[in-house]
Amino acid sequence: MRSNLHPYAQDNGAFLQIQNVVKDFGHGAVAVNHVSLDIRKGEIFALLGSSGCGKTTLLRMLAGFETPTSGHIVLNGQDLVSLPPYQRPINMMFQSYALFPHLSVWDNVAFGLRRDGLPREEVAERVDAMLRLVQLERYGKRKPHQLSGGQQQRVALARSLAKRPQLLLLDEPLGALDKKLREATQIELVNIIAEVGVTCVMVTHDQEEAMTMAHRIAIMSEGHILQVGAPHEVYETPATRFVADFIGNVNLMDGVLALDEPDHVLIRCMDCEHLVGHGITGTEGMAVAVAVRPEKISLSRQPLETPYNQVHGVVRDLAYFGSYTVYHLQLNSGAVLKVSATNAARHSDAMLQAGESVWAHWDETAQVVLTQ
Amino acid sequence: MQSTLKTTQRPTPMPTPKRTLGARLRSGQALVIGLPYAWLLVFFLLPFLIVMKISVSEMDVAHFQDLFTWSDGVLQLRLKLSNYLFITEDDLYFKTYLNSLKYAAITTLLCLLVGYPFSYYMARAGKALQPALVMLVMLPFWTSFLLRVYAWKGLLSEGGWVAGWLSALGVEPLLVQLGLIPAQGQLMNTPFSLVLGMVYTYLPFMVLPLFANLSKMDLRLLEAAADLGASPWSAFWRITVPLSVSGIVAGSMLVFIPCVGEFVIPELLGGPSTLMIGRVLWDEFFSNNDWPMASSVAVVMILLIIVPLAWFNQVQAKAQEGAQ
Repeated sequence: MRSNLHPYAQDNGAFLQIQNVVKDFGHGAVAVNHVSLDIRKGEIFALLGSSGCGKTTLLRMLAGFETPTSGHIVLNGQDLVSLPPYQRPINMMFQSYALFPHLSVWDNVAFGLRRDGLPREEVAERVDAMLRLVQLERYGKRKPHQLSGGQQQRVALARSLAKRPQLLLLDEPLGALDKKLREATQIELVNIIAEVGVTCVMVTHDQEEAMTMAHRIAIMSEGHILQVGAPHEVYETPATRFVADFIGNVNLMDGVLALDEPDHVLIRCMDCEHLVGHGITGTEGMAVAVAVRPEKISLSRQPLETPYNQVHGVVRDLAYFGSYTVYHLQLNSGAVLKVSATNAARHSDAMLQAGESVWAHWDETAQVVLTQ
Repeated sequence: MQSTLKTTQRPTPMPTPKRTLGARLRSGQALVIGLPYAWLLVFFLLPFLIVMKISVSEMDVAHFQDLFTWSDGVLQLRLKLSNYLFITEDDLYFKTYLNSLKYAAITTLLCLLVGYPFSYYMARAGKALQPALVMLVMLPFWTSFLLRVYAWKGLLSEGGWVAGWLSALGVEPLLVQLGLIPAQGQLMNTPFSLVLGMVYTYLPFMVLPLFANLSKMDLRLLEAAADLGASPWSAFWRITVPLSVSGIVAGSMLVFIPCVGEFVIPELLGGPSTLMIGRVLWDEFFSNNDWPMASSVAVVMILLIIVPLAWFNQVQAKAQEGAQ
C-alpha cells in the first residue's frame, strides 16, 4: 500500500487526509473553508458544530455527493476526489437512514454486496453475519416500515458495514431516536464499530453524542475547524471563546492581564481578581477572557480567607435537575454566574434559597485563559 | 374476526360533546363521499344493469320482452343467451376484441416509453420550473379533443406538414417495413395514424400520475444506492422504477381502459385494418339496430377489461402494502 503512495499524501501515519479542502457554492457561500484534518486508522472522529457550519458538506464530500472546489481527500494513499460515490471504499449511514422501503431488511443489507457481484452464498453469509451483529437476525423478512426507529437505525448500520468499508461515515447517527434510546444506542454503536474495527467519521450537532462516542472531536464553525482534540481536551482546554462557549456551559469573564509570571498570572476582572496557576503567552495589559465551568465552582455562605478567585453574589434563580442544581448568581457588577452543585445529600438544610447572599470560589487550576 | 373481537371488548365510551361533533363530521364525510357514489350508481351502474338486461332480452318488432312473466301461478324467467353464444361463434368479435386490446396495449406501452423519461425530468427539474412544465402538459386540454384529432387528419394526409417531415426524414420506408403503413405516402387511415393519434391524446394521462409519483420520491434513497455501489443506471432500475410502480400502474390504467373502447380516434384516424370494438358496437346499435346483440358485445367488453384489472389491482395493493 505504502509503495504507491499518492503524491499529495504525507506519510504521517494518517489513514484519511483531508488537505486544504474548500467547498464554495457560489454567491459568497463558502461552506467549507480550507479545512485540513488527519484521521487515524480505527479512530472514531466527530465533526461537531451547529447547523450550517459546513460539517455535513464536508461529510458529503467524503462520501462523494459533493465535489470539493479545491483540495484533496486522500484515503489510504488514494486520492478520492475524482471518484464517484459508487466507486469509493466508503459507506455512509444516512441521517434518517434512507432504507429502501420496497426491499426487506435482508435485501437492504444485501444491496451493496450484490452490486459488487459477490457470489450468492457469500452474500447470504455476510448479510446473516451483519444481522447477527446488530441483533436483528429474526427480522430479515420484515420491511423497514415494520420496524421501530431503533431497529431501523441498526439496519442502516448493518447495511453500511456489510461491504466492509475502509471508512464509515455517520450522519447524525442517533438524531432520529428519543433521548433514552439514544443513550443506550451510543454505547452499542461504539461497541459495534470497535468490533468491526472500521475507521469512522461522524457528524453531529449534539455535543454529548460527540463526547461519548468519539476518540477525537473537531469543532467547526462557519466552514472552519476551530479546534481538534480528545473530548476532555476540548472541554477542559478550549482554545477559543467560541469553543469554550459551544462545548458545555461556561462562565466567561472579561479582564485584563495584570501580572504575567512564568508560573502564574493575575487577571483583573470586574468582580474579582483571578489567580491562574500557570503561565500564558501574553503581555501585561492585554485583554483576555477567563472561562470557568459551573461545576468547578463551589458555594459557601461565608467568604474564604483569600483575595483571589472569589466573588460575591445573590442567588437569583435556581434550577433543580435531581442529581444537581444550577444556581444563577447575580454578581455585584450585574453579571450572572452559573454554578452547578451536586446534590450529594437527600435532605439538606444547607440548600441555598433564592435571594440568599453567597460567596463563590474556585481553584487556581479551574480557569482557562482565552486570548482569542 | 379479530377486529370484531376487539370492538366487542372495547368499553363503550361516554357520549361527550366532542363525539357529536365527530358524528357530525362523519355525516359530512358520508355526504361528500356519498354524492359521487350516488352519481356513479345512477349514471353508471343502473345503465349498465339495463344494458345487461337488454343483452339477454328477446326483441319483438319494436320493444323488448319482459324477462319475468307471471301466468297461472308460474313465474317464468327467460334469458336469451344466443347473443353471447354468437359472440363466441363469429370470429369477427373475437378479432376486434383482440385488435382493441392490441392497440390499447401498444398505445399504453408507447405512452409509458415516452411519458416516463418525460415525467422523470419534469420531477427532477427545478421547483420554479415545475408548474410551467405541468401547465404545458395540460395545455392541450384547452382545445377540444375532437378538434385536435381532426387536426391530425390534416397533418398526416398528403401534403400535410407531418407527412412532409416524415418523408423528408426518410422514416416512411421503415414504417412500411414494420407494416404500420401499406405504402409510402399513405400515412392516414393506417395502424400508424391510429396509434399516433391515441398516444398523442392519452399521453397526459400517463405523464400526470407518473409525475405526481416521481416528484414525491425521496432522493436520498438514490444517494444511499450510489453510496452502496450502484451506478446511476443501476440505481434507476433498482430504486426509482420499483418505487414508481404505483404511478406506472395508475398511468397505464388511465390510458389502457379508455383506449380499449375508443371510438372517435379509430373512426377519424384508423382504417379498414384497425377495426376496433367501439366501431363494432356502433354498427350493432345504429346500423343493425340489434340492441340485444350490441348490449352483449358491450357487456363482454367491460368484463374483459374489469376482471383482469380488478385482479391486477388486488395483487398491486398487496405488493404496495409493504412499499409505503
